Amino acid sequence: MRDRKEIAERLAASGYIADAELATAISLMLMLKRPLLLEGEAGVGKTEVAKALASVHTTELIRLQCYEGLDQSAALYEWNYQRQLLSIQAHRGDNPDAVEDQIFSEKYLLERPLLAAIRRDKPPVLLIDEIDRADDEFEAFLLELLSDFQVSIPELGTIKATTIPHVVLTSNGTRELSDALRRRCLYHYVDYPDVDREARIIMARIEGAGASLALQIARMVEGVRKEELRKVPGVAETLDWAAALVGLDVRDLHEAPETVHETLMCLLKTQEDTSRMTREVTGRLLGRVA
Amino acid sequence: MSCCGPNPGYEEIDQVSRLVSARLAAFLRTLRDNGFAVGLHEGQDAASLMTAGYAKNPSLLRSAFKHLFSARKSDWERFDGLFDAFWLGKRARSRSLTMGSARAASNPSLKSLSGHRPEPRTASDGAMDQIPSADGADNNRSGEGRMEGASRADNLAEVDFRKIADPAQIEQAHEAAARLARAMRTRLTRRDLARRRGYRLDLRRTIHGNISHGGVPIDLVRRQRKTKPLRLVMLLDASGSMSMYTGVFLRFIHGVLDQFREAEAFLFHTRLAHVSDAMKEKDAARALDRLSILAQGAGGGTKIGESLQTFNRWHAARVIHSRTVVMIVSDGYETGDAALLGREMAALGRRCRRIVWLNPMMGWEGYAPEAAGIKAALPHVDLYAPASTLNSLAALEPYLAKL
Repeated sequence: MRDRKEIAERLAASGYIADAELATAISLMLMLKRPLLLEGEAGVGKTEVAKALASVHTTELIRLQCYEGLDQSAALYEWNYQRQLLSIQAHRGDNPDAVEDQIFSEKYLLERPLLAAIRRDKPPVLLIDEIDRADDEFEAFLLELLSDFQVSIPELGTIKATTIPHVVLTSNGTRELSDALRRRCLYHYVDYPDVDREARIIMARIEGAGASLALQIARMVEGVRKEELRKVPGVAETLDWAAALVGLDVRDLHEAPETVHETLMCLLKTQEDTSRMTREVTGRLLGRVA
Repeated sequence: MSCCGPNPGYEEIDQVSRLVSARLAAFLRTLRDNGFAVGLHEGQDAASLMTAGYAKNPSLLRSAFKHLFSARKSDWERFDGLFDAFWLGKRARSRSLTMGSARAASNPSLKSLSGHRPEPRTASDGAMDQIPSADGADNNRSGEGRMEGASRADNLAEVDFRKIADPAQIEQAHEAAARLARAMRTRLTRRDLARRRGYRLDLRRTIHGNISHGGVPIDLVRRQRKTKPLRLVMLLDASGSMSMYTGVFLRFIHGVLDQFREAEAFLFHTRLAHVSDAMKEKDAARALDRLSILAQGAGGGTKIGESLQTFNRWHAARVIHSRTVVMIVSDGYETGDAALLGREMAALGRRCRRIVWLNPMMGWEGYAPEAAGIKAALPHVDLYAPASTLNSLAALEPYLAKL
């Protein structure tokens, strides 16, 4: 499995600290030509995986953010209506067939992410973010695209993929995805990183965060996640907090318990959580951090 | 970077596959028995993985298979145990799931409704009832339990679920509950569709429709975002005190899950179980079978507060949005801490749009919400209604339609 090792190395080089299984997932993606479905809580770094993948392949990242009501014209292609109208006005009196041929040509076609992804020279990474936010109909359409890799545009004909993109889908689980889509994909569950990995992420991302401080922060965050919070802090929040602590010149959490408590708002995002994290709770958590 | 190694030739696949295919097929069967959605295509991919060298390293193979065969978080978490049990001969707890189905039959509280309770009493005192009380037409008649002739189905609607003992009638009540759920769904969606009128211009369709006018937009096409459907989250008490009602409510929930595009179901007694997936089984009897495995321990005490806490902590963020109605079916006999129940109800109330509490005991004469649990919960409940007959379930529909 030379390739797996290579992928892991390239992931590390790109600054993404992957868990061991992610490299397997990526090598399977290449081998079986299946999309990768990433699930996990908000803030565990699902989108980062796609970014890292793009840098592993040194290729472009094309991102499609899903939302309710997303339709073909926002996801696939759209005609450039303004130009078409102008062209119609300019060629008034010409042969209508010629005008029609002209305004429904490539020149007037606006690529949206899905169409762009299959028409590149080098296979890009196509990130379909938060697929659970789009509706069922879009999911069905996507499924068709992912199996055929061709798009039919009524006025223009069928456009075949020049390359097969590396597709990554993410889901927060706000809606249950269809079994068909799940079957089509490789599945990877992204969990909150363990202490060791989170510490390494902090060290990689935050300049000036030493090994011991990073480890302390990671342990502290792990403790905070175990508290009953309405919004569990994700990796991005950890990084914010680490940056704040480093910025305030904290070298050791035990030396500055007051600062620790005051900067905890980087992690806590609701009033209820803030009021639950009293000084005593912070102290208790800090006590457990070696 | 190209793909992993050279593609194995067909002959090679053939050779190796003869060796492993028997075991692989058995493994796939095990996965299917455990609720994994594994198709032919996955089987082929698995075989080609094995020939590509993954078979040499068990932990690598496990990781690869895990990505390939899992389709959701629950699969992901159980997979390692199943893999180890099958390929490495380790004993894993997940394995018991396959064998658990045999135990289903011995779990009476879920599958049968028969039982004997004190004589029924009639009429309720709806505490905050906004539904025209279906119990007005009292259920004294239900005493005889067995109705004859054409009126049977109608009468069944009025009969307290406890009083139905005849297996055929139980089946009828179940059918009726499922039908009711379907009918509710159909009517609730229709209302949504009728409302669809646009405010936003659909440029693409407008241009297309006006080609004949030389591109001058004369006829405008409009569009509107679809309204979000109502989401229903049901929490069913499966404890001992509720055993008389669990069966019929399970059927009701099964019907609702089948029909509502957005519905989730949870079962609780001393702990909480997410049962939507098990309930998505088309065949009701099989769904109940799968369920009874999840619900082991049903028929014991009730820790409503703790179950709600689990719900709020682990599931609420995912399953509740702004148009969610939470429906709790329970008699409110809390064996845990009533204060905790109150707190958790308050937390739940903040998240969702409405809390409906259905209490089968409300149909009993002289019942007053005096149990500590129900007392603590009531201030946070938007609708507190009886649910001892099919009619009382049907009476919920207009309320849901208004939301």
